[in-house]
Amino acid sequence: MTELQDRQPAGDPVGAIAAPLEVRTAIYKMMVEMRGFEKRAYDLFLQGLVKGTSHLGLGQEAVAAGFGAAMLPSDYTFATYRGHNHTLARGAPMAAVMAELMGRQAGLMAGKGGSMHLTSVEHRMMGSYAIVGAHLTIANGAAWSSKLRHAGEVAVCFFGDGTTNIGAFHEALNLAAVWKLPVVFVCENNRWMEYTPISSVTAVEHPAADRARAYGLDPVLVDGNDADQTYGAARAAIEHARSGGGPALVEAETYRHGGHSRADPGKYRPDEEVEAWLGRDPIPRYRTRLLGAGVDEAVLVRIEEEAQAAVDAAAREAEASPPPDLSLVGADLWADGGSSWRS
Amino acid sequence: MAELTYRDAVARGIAQEMERDPSVVFLGEDVGAAGGVFKATVGLLDRFGPQRVADTPISEQAILGAAMGAAMTGLRPIAEIMFSDFFAVCWDLVANEIAKTRYMTNGQVSLPLVIRSANGGGVRFGAQHSQSVENWAMAVPGLKVVAPSTPRDVVGLLAAAVRDPDPVLFFEQKSLYPTKGEVPDGEIVDTLGTAAVRRHGRDATIVALAAMVPRALDAADALSREGVEVTVIDLRSLVPLDVTTVATSVVETGHLVTVEENPRLCGWGAEVASIIAEERLFDLDGPIVRVTTPHVPLPAADALEDAALPSVARIVDGVRRALQ
Repeated sequence: MTELQDRQPAGDPVGAIAAPLEVRTAIYKMMVEMRGFEKRAYDLFLQGLVKGTSHLGLGQEAVAAGFGAAMLPSDYTFATYRGHNHTLARGAPMAAVMAELMGRQAGLMAGKGGSMHLTSVEHRMMGSYAIVGAHLTIANGAAWSSKLRHAGEVAVCFFGDGTTNIGAFHEALNLAAVWKLPVVFVCENNRWMEYTPISSVTAVEHPAADRARAYGLDPVLVDGNDADQTYGAARAAIEHARSGGGPALVEAETYRHGGHSRADPGKYRPDEEVEAWLGRDPIPRYRTRLLGAGVDEAVLVRIEEEAQAAVDAAAREAEASPPPDLSLVGADLWADGGSSWRS
Repeated sequence: MAELTYRDAVARGIAQEMERDPSVVFLGEDVGAAGGVFKATVGLLDRFGPQRVADTPISEQAILGAAMGAAMTGLRPIAEIMFSDFFAVCWDLVANEIAKTRYMTNGQVSLPLVIRSANGGGVRFGAQHSQSVENWAMAVPGLKVVAPSTPRDVVGLLAAAVRDPDPVLFFEQKSLYPTKGEVPDGEIVDTLGTAAVRRHGRDATIVALAAMVPRALDAADALSREGVEVTVIDLRSLVPLDVTTVATSVVETGHLVTVEENPRLCGWGAEVASIIAEERLFDLDGPIVRVTTPHVPLPAADALEDAALPSVARIVDGVRRALQ
């Protein structure tokens, strides 16, 4: 894994774009907020306040943050059920996201979607999708619409390594390439397809990058734990797509610190592998990088304190929210606001 | 007024809506340059261009995903799934994504889209190209389900489906494509969820859908020669379901027969029967009879397929049983 430490973006069609210092600081802030938010979500899960299931992106923040910083407000995000961070990256309020995880009225969708379906159209967060593969095809649709409307919007679609083995991946990549759609596909390769090593069920070493050529695309492989690399690759891919160059496929190598979902401790993973990746945690790594770049530590400390305070406030606000009004059971199946199916 | 085939009505309906609203786009396999495998979309590519009439690869998931993503970002797509049997390879998009997204997002996302598909049997295509799958769609909350029986209704209901703010599955019965009917000139826009009374009689009520409507009307003619006068209701839409028209007729006739092309179990006739049994039991003067395809896949050979699908004789027999 050490060979990844200082890897530069490979095979990038345009060339990575370096972030100015204020963007890097903003990326750091995003990552710290994501980390604090998800740690709190996990605590609340253990307390029984976050119900059902949740899939944490602890350790993978540099992907959501790097891309989030590179997107324009008008660009679209499509994410998976591991989508808390991608939702926060678009500016969705932390309290509303936490309340959604807790099944409260103040939730982003008033509790009707839950952790796996976070959506905030206002922030162009067009949904978190819980069936592997589908949303790649849906992101194409948003990109197609953007192209037909000459809107200049780019759809950015995040997915896991496991997605590269489902048919919808192939259908979506092919159509995006044939129609030259402004869509960026981002594979977060965290090495584990749920409980199984991706390498043991995949014909190629790099599940996304090694398949790019099959769609006429350049392979792009980045260190997904390095926010400068994810930002640089994001800028390049998004600008390529926006300028009419068609889709891009980026594989970001990363690692989830926890298990697949809920209380899964992830014990099926070798200790030395976990240790090595914890040593490459994107947040302390980026902190060191920023200090080295001349950012005053006091600035970073303030970011960390403010993030913690924001998480505390969001959790308090979410906990104070009542459960959703029961009338919501029959609401909004149809555009008329109801769910009637007969006369 | 012009006489049009059911197939030409499809192209007319799509053209009417694309002409009216520049946000309407159309995509599917072989729909553009080839004019559709049933030649139901001939001329649309020439008229509206490749941006708005898009040929796709054989990728049903990609087709429906593109339609969904376009619908959530300002377009009103019409997607074609060539044969309704192919819904089985893209049902995730239909049932998990398109149907549920408005509800799950607490109304944030609107999906004004139409999925057209050639449905049903009678053309000897065998079990994987002949199914009537409207019941699959009816079973999923969040989908409107429409199935026209006449060329006029193809235009009017398709227009209503395109203008509807919710996802609509539009089932065209493929054996009806060559059939002809009068279609008024000018714009036609119908209303979803309204059944049509095609014939009026006081002795029994037949409720049918799509290709079973003309067959029920033939059965009504045969019964009339025996002195039995039946009402034939063309349901036209399963969701929304026009219970009022059916119930009003049952109150008058006291007898209900449903005629379904789909296999027996969980067919839409079972839902209609259960509603009438629950709400109008004391208006019934005999058992509710369901005439369906047996619970088997459709065989290919003409003799076998004809034996499997509800025939005029079986409908007549069903009415007689209801009246006993």
